[in-house]
Amino acid sequence: MSAHDIGGLFLHILLLGSVAVGGLSTVMPDIYRYMVDERGLISGREFADAYALAQAAPGPNALWVALVGLQAGGVPGAVASIVAILLPATTFTCIAIALQARRPDAPLALALRRGLAPVAVGFMLASGWVLARSVEHGWPGYALAGATALAVLRTRLNPLVLLALGAAAGVAGLI
Amino acid sequence: MPSPLEIFVTFARVGISGFGGVNFWLRRVLIQEKRWITDAEFLEGFAVGQIIPGPNVYNLSIMIGHRMGGWAGAFAAIAGIMGPPFLVTLALGLLYRRYQALPVLEHAIGGMAAAAAGLVIANGLMLAAALPRRARPWIFLLLGFGGIGILHWPLLYVIAGLGPLATWLAWRDEARRRASR
Repeated sequence: MSAHDIGGLFLHILLLGSVAVGGLSTVMPDIYRYMVDERGLISGREFADAYALAQAAPGPNALWVALVGLQAGGVPGAVASIVAILLPATTFTCIAIALQARRPDAPLALALRRGLAPVAVGFMLASGWVLARSVEHGWPGYALAGATALAVLRTRLNPLVLLALGAAAGVAGLI
Repeated sequence: MPSPLEIFVTFARVGISGFGGVNFWLRRVLIQEKRWITDAEFLEGFAVGQIIPGPNVYNLSIMIGHRMGGWAGAFAAIAGIMGPPFLVTLALGLLYRRYQALPVLEHAIGGMAAAAAGLVIANGLMLAAALPRRARPWIFLLLGFGGIGILHWPLLYVIAGLGPLATWLAWRDEARRRASR
């Protein structure tokens, strides 16, 4: 991956970071589109693997952005990606602090939150869908994703336990 | 007032304990153990964090760090919550890059990735269940999902198309509700 590629990735993620209202899962499908479909920097499977690894690792889930960057461009790719996604968040939060925006019930903030919430949920579901498809395990993979989703909704199992069960199912050859 | 170093160490502890997400540890350490903020302040910060782009936990950490130690505190919180977990995750990623072709690892991580997809879907469904039982939010949900997940349109176009309309409609509703009171 050339410096030019890393620069392009940095700018794309920077732009998405500025609109990632509702968390990073809302922009995941577009980072996937850019890295996998448009630029071919990594494969769909590598993208899904990096996301899963970051979930299993300690720390904010946002670190999946560093891992897809690492997979595409080594340590410089990882640093460029995580800085690009966090820079807008840092800037906007500092502005909010400076403006003492401590009123989340101000009319515009309320309208933004209420209006954008359903759109953000749609993006989040699209993220799950994109990930499930890129695992490339056919219907057993979809079944495992579905069973995990059901387990989250119906039980109080820790997500880490569910990831471990997924890994076990993979090693056992079930998917 | 805690020193920047104490803020850094506290957030580093939260970050490095946060397997599978950091929120739980943020609450436990900052509210229950250190008593730096109250539950209500945490929720308020959380609500502000939700309308600011970026990871909510990260935005919240900046706000708490700032409250506890000014701008130095804010940046100490950033360094603590992201720095050490970044290094650990990077090490895992480098191991993956080296051994990703091993069949056992390939299968294990493939299974984990399918499960991780399930976690994201479950999160989306839980949030969807909390939406008002009216047609409009669900139409916007489907438009967002369809544009990104099915049609693979660039996110910026979808947001530019849906965002202003959704915000304006919510604004108008709220104005009407206030007027009718």
